[in-house]
Amino acid sequence: MSDPTASRPDDVLGADAVRRVAHLSRLSLDDSALERYATQLGAILGHVRQLQDLDLDDVEPLTHPLDATNRLDADAARPPLDREALLKMAPDAAAPFIRVPKIIGNDGGA
Amino acid sequence: MEHPADSIVAKRNALASGRSTSASLVDDALTRIAGDTTGSFLQVLEDDARERAADIDRRRAAGEDVGPIGGVPIAVKDNICLDRGRTTCASRMLEAYESPFSATAVSRLEAAGAIVIGKTNLDEFAMGSSGEHSAFGPTRNPWGTDRVPGGSSAGSAAAVAAGLVPGALGSDTGGSIRQPASYCGVVGLKPTYGRVSRWGLVAFASSLDQIGPFARTVEDCALLLEAMSGLDALDSTSADVPVASIDGQLDTPVEGLRIGVPREAMAQHAGVDAAFRSAIERFRSLGATIVDVELPNLAHGVAAYYIVAPAEASSNLARYDGVRYGRRAELKPSDDLIEMYAKSRAEGFGPEVQRRIMLGTYALSSGYYDAYYLTALKTRRLIKRDFDRVFASEDGGAGCHAVITPTAPTPAFRIGALLNDPLAMYQQDLFTIPANMAGLPAISVPMGTVEDEGEQMPVGLQIVAPAFGEASLLRIARMYEATPTTS
Repeated sequence: MSDPTASRPDDVLGADAVRRVAHLSRLSLDDSALERYATQLGAILGHVRQLQDLDLDDVEPLTHPLDATNRLDADAARPPLDREALLKMAPDAAAPFIRVPKIIGNDGGA
Repeated sequence: MEHPADSIVAKRNALASGRSTSASLVDDALTRIAGDTTGSFLQVLEDDARERAADIDRRRAAGEDVGPIGGVPIAVKDNICLDRGRTTCASRMLEAYESPFSATAVSRLEAAGAIVIGKTNLDEFAMGSSGEHSAFGPTRNPWGTDRVPGGSSAGSAAAVAAGLVPGALGSDTGGSIRQPASYCGVVGLKPTYGRVSRWGLVAFASSLDQIGPFARTVEDCALLLEAMSGLDALDSTSADVPVASIDGQLDTPVEGLRIGVPREAMAQHAGVDAAFRSAIERFRSLGATIVDVELPNLAHGVAAYYIVAPAEASSNLARYDGVRYGRRAELKPSDDLIEMYAKSRAEGFGPEVQRRIMLGTYALSSGYYDAYYLTALKTRRLIKRDFDRVFASEDGGAGCHAVITPTAPTPAFRIGALLNDPLAMYQQDLFTIPANMAGLPAISVPMGTVEDEGEQMPVGLQIVAPAFGEASLLRIARMYEATPTTS
């Protein structure tokens, strides 16, 4: 993989890179949308690269503002949400199942 | 203490003394909403609110305790779940979504007697700083309807500013309560991370999101905050820290007050800058010691935030896949599961949401993680350390009770002005982002109006305090609010 910190001309994300990130994001976008996002994301990432000039070698990453630890619930059964109510939210359901397109084949399960 | 007629406390007092009824307050709010020109509301729960008001009036007449804000109408941002009506997040994705439960913050306010009168407009999934990124149309600023109200809690800020409701709930991930409060001339509070349960708040960036109140006065905000704060078994990140009651103590000044003014707090607008200098003088006239402090990493907040927040969003919004709830695109028989996901998400999400999902996905993807995400998390640590130094009273700390900055670098801009320049829009969050990154409580209080392109527009003063320091933060905000301008 090439050095991601290397500056790219005009701070535009390459066509392949933006197509790949759209796929990973599960967004079906046409070419004009991809082109627009390539420019905008490139500009934002160009701005973000200022952080790479900071001296961060000895700095611990901060993932949570309060340094909190997990709190465990008591292992006790509680009433779940109503199944009917949950199924009602599904775009396509045949109780007690949710219907989806086929998963196996066409690389759909990848 | 004075209570403006449209404040929660004034309405509560009128209800308690029998000068008003909840039914008439709800009627009045519904009439105002019907004539609204700001587009603040996505949904009005007219019948439901009337029924609840009648019930509270009956209970009050029977001598029952109806709660500290019993019978007062409020509005709720539409990314906060309510167990009736729709919760849309201003997104095509959730256009028809009906939540089976209410957010803890809402349930607690209802237990305190509040009546939810409707759901307010926002930037889709709370992503935006202007209120323009709503799938159902922009919200407008009541001070000038060709200007934005700020965002993302656009409708909640505009509804309180326009006098449609005396209080409202918003959510704040990088400034989404404080910045619109500043643009609309109302009070807006982002609590300490963990102070208010996030259960039922539709997740955007889980390590940054907090629910908080909008109101006309600091006291009203304090009242709403107290009613909804505290540990909640349904949110494992809600903090097990006692909620200090401010009842009767709000007007007690903080003794020996030390206010930090960061050198880096330079507004980009002459009017905002002048208003901020005058706010500093106001604190000086109150006997506060003004301390010159440094937040050297303030300037890096926007860059770090626009990696951390989109990264968390890209993960949180993966749940919108067209399977269990939300929108599913029309499919061809040959479409497989991946195509269902990709088509549904392309149709359901607007441009700003798509942009952030892609940005976050990129930052987390193989080969880029260290350069972007890890770097942003390390910068986040530096931002938190900056505040630690300012608040610490030992080890060379500046011993400040609070830090003040302008809430936003400019007054509200015109609708459309920054819509095609995401990076310029993101810069509006410059002063508000650091409190989210560090998990600190912060409030925006009105700092007067300034001239902008020939019009007077409101601006806000931001006050940031140490974690779980809401009681002192509110007293400091009250000191400022209660003092006439000296200059």
